[in-house]
This record gives sequence, C-alpha cells and structure tokens, in this order.
Amino acid sequence: MSITTVAVTGNEVAAYAMKQINPDVVAAYPITPQTDVVEKFSEYVADGLVNTEFITVESEHSAMSACVGAAAAGGRVMTATSANGLALMFEILYIAASSKLPIIMTVVNRALSGPINIHCDHSDTMAARDAGWIQIYSENAQEAYDNIIQAVRIAENMKVRLPVMVMYDGFIISHGIDRVDVLDDTTVHDFVGKYQPNYPLLDVENPLTFGPLDLYDYYFEHKRQQVEDINNSKPVILEIAKEFREISGREYDLFETYQLEDAETAIVVLSSAAGTSKAVVDQLRQEGKKVGLLKPRVFRPFPYLEIAQALSHLKAIAILDRSISFGGFGGPLFTEIRSGMMEFGKTPENINIIFGLGGRDINEQDIAGIYKQLEEIAKSGKVKERIQYVGVRE
Amino acid sequence: MAKIKELAKKRDILSPGHRLCAGCGASIAVRQILSASDDPVVVANATGCLEVATTIYPYTSWRSSFIHNAFENAAATISGVETMYQSLKKQGKIDKEIKFIAFGGDGGTYDIGLQSLSGALERGHDFVYVCYDNEAYMNTGIQRSSATPRGAWTTTSPCGKVIPGKTQYRKDLTGVVAAHKIPYVAQATLWRWNDLIDKAHKAFYTKGPAFLNILSPCPRGWRFPSEDTIKMTKLAIQTNFWPLYEVENGKWKLNYKPKERLPITEWMEPQGRYKHLLTPENKHLVEEIQQEIDENWERLLILCGEK
Repeated sequence: MSITTVAVTGNEVAAYAMKQINPDVVAAYPITPQTDVVEKFSEYVADGLVNTEFITVESEHSAMSACVGAAAAGGRVMTATSANGLALMFEILYIAASSKLPIIMTVVNRALSGPINIHCDHSDTMAARDAGWIQIYSENAQEAYDNIIQAVRIAENMKVRLPVMVMYDGFIISHGIDRVDVLDDTTVHDFVGKYQPNYPLLDVENPLTFGPLDLYDYYFEHKRQQVEDINNSKPVILEIAKEFREISGREYDLFETYQLEDAETAIVVLSSAAGTSKAVVDQLRQEGKKVGLLKPRVFRPFPYLEIAQALSHLKAIAILDRSISFGGFGGPLFTEIRSGMMEFGKTPENINIIFGLGGRDINEQDIAGIYKQLEEIAKSGKVKERIQYVGVRE
Repeated sequence: MAKIKELAKKRDILSPGHRLCAGCGASIAVRQILSASDDPVVVANATGCLEVATTIYPYTSWRSSFIHNAFENAAATISGVETMYQSLKKQGKIDKEIKFIAFGGDGGTYDIGLQSLSGALERGHDFVYVCYDNEAYMNTGIQRSSATPRGAWTTTSPCGKVIPGKTQYRKDLTGVVAAHKIPYVAQATLWRWNDLIDKAHKAFYTKGPAFLNILSPCPRGWRFPSEDTIKMTKLAIQTNFWPLYEVENGKWKLNYKPKERLPITEWMEPQGRYKHLLTPENKHLVEEIQQEIDENWERLLILCGEK
C-alpha cells in the first residue's frame, strides 16, 4: 500500500480513479466541463491500461441507455457528464435506478441552459435529485477521487444495488490544479473488489425480462421498495467510509462539520464553496466569533435527522443553495434542512442564500457578510428576509 | 434456405399467451426472425405494442433474456449489452456464443429512435436491428409516423374537409440505413417467409451491424379483417409498395420481382385507412402515389443492376 501525492485537475483525477477502478464498460459523451474526463480515459483505453470497452456514443441519452444495457448485461459500468448532458439522460436516470443497476457516474456540476452557460452551479444534479440515484457531493479534487472509488462499493453493495452519482464543481474543481494523494492501483483494485453480477442478461441459460410493463397493480410496491433500497445505503455508506479510512487515512461521513460543536451560528453549504467558507470560519474564529460550518456530502439519501441534530444547538444558520427551485420556498438544500429541523421542536433561526449561479464567484467577503448577518439574527432573533440572493446585481 | 419442417421443431422464443391483437404482423415477424438464430439471443425492445403486450408484470412471454429500456433507445441499449459481452469475452469471463437483437416499431425506429439507431450502426456493434413497420404509432392509437404512407388516414392525419389523410410520402428508412454502409441491410415481409428467415439468418451471422425492415400489418390501424394479415403483405409485394431487396456489403440485390405489377389500388382497396382516397375527387392523389411507387421501383431496379 502506497500513497503518492500528485498535482492534478479534478477531471484528471476523476479519470485516474476510473482507470484504477477499471470498469468493464464506459459509455460517455463529451460535454464541457466534463470533457477531459472522457479524453483522459480514452487515452487509458488507447494505451491498453484498462480492460474497459469504451462506447463513444452519439449523445448522453444514448450514453445512459448503453450504460443501462451494459450494466443489465452483467458488469461494472461507469460514465461522466455535466448539465445539459445530465438533463438529456433524465428519462433513463429513473430507469437505471428502478432497474437497480449499480452504474457510477461522475457529474461535473454546471449550470443548466438557458441561457446557455458552461460554468458551475448545482441546477443540473439538483434537478435529478428525485431520480432514485445516490448523490455524493465533493468539495475538492481529493474528495472527488475518494468519493468515486467509494461509490463503486456503495452502488454494488447487495443491500443497496443502486446507481451513484459523484459530483464536483465545474471549472473551480474540474479545471483547477489541486494536490491529491492517490492510492496505488493494487490497493484500489482490492478495495473495489470483483464485480458480483446480479441477474445478468448474459446468463442466457437463466433468461429474465428486464423493464416489464408495471401497471397500477404492482408499480407502487416497486417504488416503495426503491425507498427501502436507498435508505439502506446510509449505513453502507458509513461502513465503506470506515474501510476507506483504513486504506487512505482519510475520514468520510454523511456530512462534515467544521468548528460546529461550540458554534452559535453556521453556514451549510455543498462542495467547493465549503472550502472558501472554512477559510472565513478560521478568520472569524481568530476574532473570537463562534462560527462554524456544515457541509453535506451525501445528498441522496438525505441524512435529515443527523443534520438537523448537528445543527440543533445553533442560534442561527444560513443554508446556501447553488441552484434555484423556481417558485418554491427556497433552494433544495434549504427546504430539506428546514423540513428536517421540524423533528427537533426548537429550530435555529434560518435563512436561505442563493448564490453562485452560472459560475458567479462567491468570495470570502460575501461569506463573512453572511456570518455577520447571522450574528445579528442570533442577537435579535429576527429574520428580515428569509430567501436572499448573494452576489447578484438587483 | 430454411425448411419449414425443421423450423417447426424449434421452440419459439416468443411464447404463446402474449396479448398482441389477433392478426398482428409483429408477433409473426418476431417468431420467424428468432427462429433463424442457432445460438441463444438477448432481445432488446423499444417501447411499443410488442413490448407492452409481451411483458405485463408479473408475466413475460420471452423465453430468452430480454430488456426493455425506453422508447427511443433500443439500439443504444443493445449496444451496451453487446459491448459488455465483448468486454467480458476479451477478459475471458464468458465464452458462449450469443446473438444480440433489437426490435422497434416504426415510431421507435423511423422517428424517435433514429439517432440512437444511427449511432449504434456507425459504431459497428455486432447486432441485428429489426424494425417491425406497421406504418403508424399503433400502441398509442394509430397516430401518423414518418413511416405512414401518403394518403393514409391516421388519428393525427385524419381525413378532414380540406386535408385528405397524410400529405407526405413516407421516409425511405431502408435507404437511410443502407447509406450507413453497414454489412447487411434488407427489406422483407411475412408472405415470403422463406425470404424473411433467410435474411434473418444472414443478419444474425453477419459480423457487425445488420438491419431488417419488416412490413408488419396492423389490422386495427389499417382497418382490415385480422385473418388477412398475410394477404396484405402479399399485396404490398405484388404492387411494389414494399419491394423485397437486400444490400450486402454495398451490393444491392432484388429478391423478388412480381410477374405483373398490380396497381396500387389493389393494395389500398382492402384497407379502411385508404377508403377516402378511392373516390373520384381523390383520383389524382392515387395517380400521384402510383407514380411515386413506379419511380421508386425504377430506381431500385437500377440500384440492383436489373436495368
């Protein structure tokens, strides 16, 4: 077992994780900012460094369709996409999940059109949150690498057997060069293990029908079972995180807390903006402010009780969403967390901040401003404006 | 050439008890085609009549491995299955000979699934794609597709006071597929069962993509008695409405030449969907349709080196 430190982009390390996982089939289509994942992986295929058959499909719809076919056939399958590509897959995302196919997909978060925009926000994967996939968000390239490797074990676990998407932020992480500790091939190979097929189509002696017509007499029961499957993944995700710590020394949970225990106010935010927020927490802590942070990692299944519990002692929180639910009561993260907090009677004062759409930067001053506002809310107990937009000209 | 006595001994992959209509051309086509493989098959199926009538949970009519994914992606789906097979075979994890086949209706092939089909053909997967062409969206209730012939009534090309059924000619899908320069492309239908089974056998045992376009009458949609299905396909051939030909490695070959071409009205008369055309005021439309058929036939003769 050896660990090597490399300087790579998020996309490069995602492709490297795919190489080490060495799936039987990859079906993918290029889209900015995911493109160099498939470029880099094509090189691994061309150099014979993987056993993978790479299907260079003519669209993302066909990418996910071919992934469904390949996974049903009975082998390990991976793909990657972003934004409009994910939207084009939408119909088949549901079919992959309801067919219990453990497909692993890297999604490099990018704003959905329109207007067309190639930069980061979370509108793509938030739109897919109810498709039945497990969703894991990564803060940086290291987490992206670690999450992709763990995703294989989560997806293929017999108690779960569901597709998993692993996210990281477009350009900010996908194209930024970062320091990453990578494991050696054998360690990854041993960790992900041998693929165990479950009712493979290629077992022609034991034929079965995938994707039957399922009407009002059974459909509801099958959907109910899907709820059980995705909820079953929570302990599995934790178990696999524990095993992963043994090979990497790195800790993972359903979410990460930062200076939260004795904090009075906190920000809840996904992905790369959590990194910026941690720097602000450090500065404010030096000034003696009791501020903290909570960064969800697993968004589906959503650990609403665990997160609500972790936030229950706070006086005020700001939940940051990098996507909009048009006409809804705040962004998706806000509605989930606010709803989860109802389980605990006493709810911290809370606001929702929509930020960073279409790649708009959020900087340390913006975040410091949010903490300042939280301090005032904590003092007064009053929220002036529940849903706010930070970093936009109005 | 297939021997009917031998074929009759084969166990049908599509078992009896499915819920397709009496006289449905699709089930006959599927059974004939699947009888042509000597190896086990994995079947992919686009959403449509064939799929909904054969896989109503918890039942299935399929004795082979079968996958239905969605409407527009049977070709992409089977390309995934076939690629996994190639991958596992290369890795020595599987050694069995297996054939891969996708079935789609004309809606799932000519229209919504055309991109998926084109992609899979271009990538060169080793599979057979069969379009069972019943010339409209029959599963949703007889809506026009790009395979619906000119003049035909459908529920979205009704015969109104000013528009007499479908105004456009149908898409030449077999020609579109042939332009992909895949190793084997053929057009066939049920009446010449021998021709169909031979073509299916060729399609299965050609390395790379193969495509069969099969005219599959729909008694409900075409408005004819369900016992006349085979007769319909005979008329389609004899009027040159549906010529039988194949394109093998770029070489076009005519498989059947009617001794005497019957007029297109012979094809139209037994079908209620053309009823409105066979009136004096629409005579010019029938003449135009006849002319188009004759021109297509002449072009085909040239392509096949018959002229």
